[in-house]
Amino acid sequence: MAEFEPVLLRRVGKVDSAALSTYRADGGYRALTKALNEMSPAQVVELVKDSGLRGRGGAGFPCGVKWTFLPKDHPGPIYLCVNADESEPCTFNNRILMEDDPHQVLEGILLACYATRASTAYLYLRYEYGRAYRVLQSAIDELYAANLLGKNILGKDFHLDVYLHRGAAAYICGEETGLIESLEGKRGWPRIKPPFPAVEGAFRKPTVVNNIETLACVTHIIDRGSAWFKSIGVPPDPKNPRDAGSYGPKLYCISGHVNKPCCVELPLGVTVRELVEKYGGGVWKGRKAKGCIPGGISMGIMTESEFDTPLDFNGPGRVGCLGLGTAAVTIFDDQTSIVDVLYNICRFFAHESCGQCTPCREGTGWMFKIMERFRRGQGRIEDLQILEEVGKSIGIMPGTTICGLADGAGWPVKNAVAKFRLELEEFIKKGVQSESALPLAMAN
Amino acid sequence: MPALNPEIRRKIESYLPRYPSKQAVTLPALHIVHDEMRCVSNAAIEEIAEMLDLAPAEVQDTMSFYEFFHTEEAPMGKTRLWVCRSLACALRGGDELLSHLCRKLNVQPGDTTADGKITLEFAECLGACEGAPAVMIDDEHEHNVTPEAAEKIVERLRTPLAG
Repeated sequence: MAEFEPVLLRRVGKVDSAALSTYRADGGYRALTKALNEMSPAQVVELVKDSGLRGRGGAGFPCGVKWTFLPKDHPGPIYLCVNADESEPCTFNNRILMEDDPHQVLEGILLACYATRASTAYLYLRYEYGRAYRVLQSAIDELYAANLLGKNILGKDFHLDVYLHRGAAAYICGEETGLIESLEGKRGWPRIKPPFPAVEGAFRKPTVVNNIETLACVTHIIDRGSAWFKSIGVPPDPKNPRDAGSYGPKLYCISGHVNKPCCVELPLGVTVRELVEKYGGGVWKGRKAKGCIPGGISMGIMTESEFDTPLDFNGPGRVGCLGLGTAAVTIFDDQTSIVDVLYNICRFFAHESCGQCTPCREGTGWMFKIMERFRRGQGRIEDLQILEEVGKSIGIMPGTTICGLADGAGWPVKNAVAKFRLELEEFIKKGVQSESALPLAMAN
Repeated sequence: MPALNPEIRRKIESYLPRYPSKQAVTLPALHIVHDEMRCVSNAAIEEIAEMLDLAPAEVQDTMSFYEFFHTEEAPMGKTRLWVCRSLACALRGGDELLSHLCRKLNVQPGDTTADGKITLEFAECLGACEGAPAVMIDDEHEHNVTPEAAEKIVERLRTPLAG
């Protein structure tokens, strides 16, 4: 395969890459000009639909299809909520886009709002991205000054305001209805669906929620066309009529026990092994990998023997993982205890469960308590079954919670019990005592 | 005397035209107050509520959901130093870094140093995993923070000129 020419990251690392002037010099806002002059909003929707672009935030829902769920001929206002709450552990691709090429993202926002007839976009940004906040704010200021935001953009009957809205360090606000509740000034408690946001979202108006990377892709689809987008990635599985394919470039984050943690852009469908060896500089300290989390910790755990799995929308599912997720791969080496990995993951979810649904609040808490017990050397073999049962029974898929947080909490636990059972049993039998009250050493 | 000075009130009011509801200004208002005053006091909650046509309990309800905001019982120090404890950082020494800083500053996570300079907190994933272990100084990331680098950061935050 010929070396892939980055699209989304092509300007990252260049001098003044965040400035409007350099973005324009590189062909920026060409797509917007084209859309506003030559295309109707419906044509933009159609083009994005035809491209097969699927959401990059984790769920992989087709972007253009989502836009068509908005009610027709609604008197407005319609809102776009940009999900920049990127809080899935091990994920940082959106941060790079916002910090280094904010106009690419903002052009996507403008295009999405034109297509959906949204008049206001709220960019919900996690508090931890302070640099992205300042970079985006000055990019937005530049756009108002250049009449690319505000009233009558490019002299057309198209008006748009974009506002940054900072979160306050709560993972659940990345769930689209948790985000909307938080935006409205309430606790970030996800809503029962339906109604879906497209019908009744922010401020009870029709709302589209899109991820940063998804919107950056929109910019290039309008600029280069849907055939170009579909020439990258993996076409639908002909044996699966429900498969929408895995088209386009994707940002992959590589972290953990590799020599060169990084974010790299590749066509969808690259394998974990290729990411580790070709782009991550191999496993650190000359060691072997034991496994990885393939798409943020919510997607479960892969063993080293599963590293040839392609990271497209279908691959991870074939080895028992939840899905592609955020395509953030974190490697752990063969000297890492799976108990430590699980402990860390369970601690995260117990801390970040919003507490609204009892199965999630209690289930994540109990899974963490069991892992604490393991670490104290007081684990029992039957705990593995309890872990598995809790993991299976909490979540929106078993139908016991409002949102998917608990599915993500249960998945790595289920995967670990199934794939690392021997190691877990051995650990329990040894009855190892943890040495300190603070978390165990994981780096060697 | 009101808890919120005219400057803070003006800043909060500047957010009102952005949203179709006043309640949506709750988070921006909490951030503005918290940044300036290093906590959100009960008096401040009441005044925010009055500005946004809400009951104080509604502001309190939202605020307490986010562990982010400090109350007047435990205000933040001059700088908040967050240490990431999520998986990508833990695999590269994040937990040890947090213990090291606890010992160095003689505090537990969540506490403020005796000189009021640094509030040390753990954070869930900071989104800086390519630079693990990472910390955040208020809202700016620092990458690849070894224990030695952490000591330099502490020194910097403790000098009178910092900030």
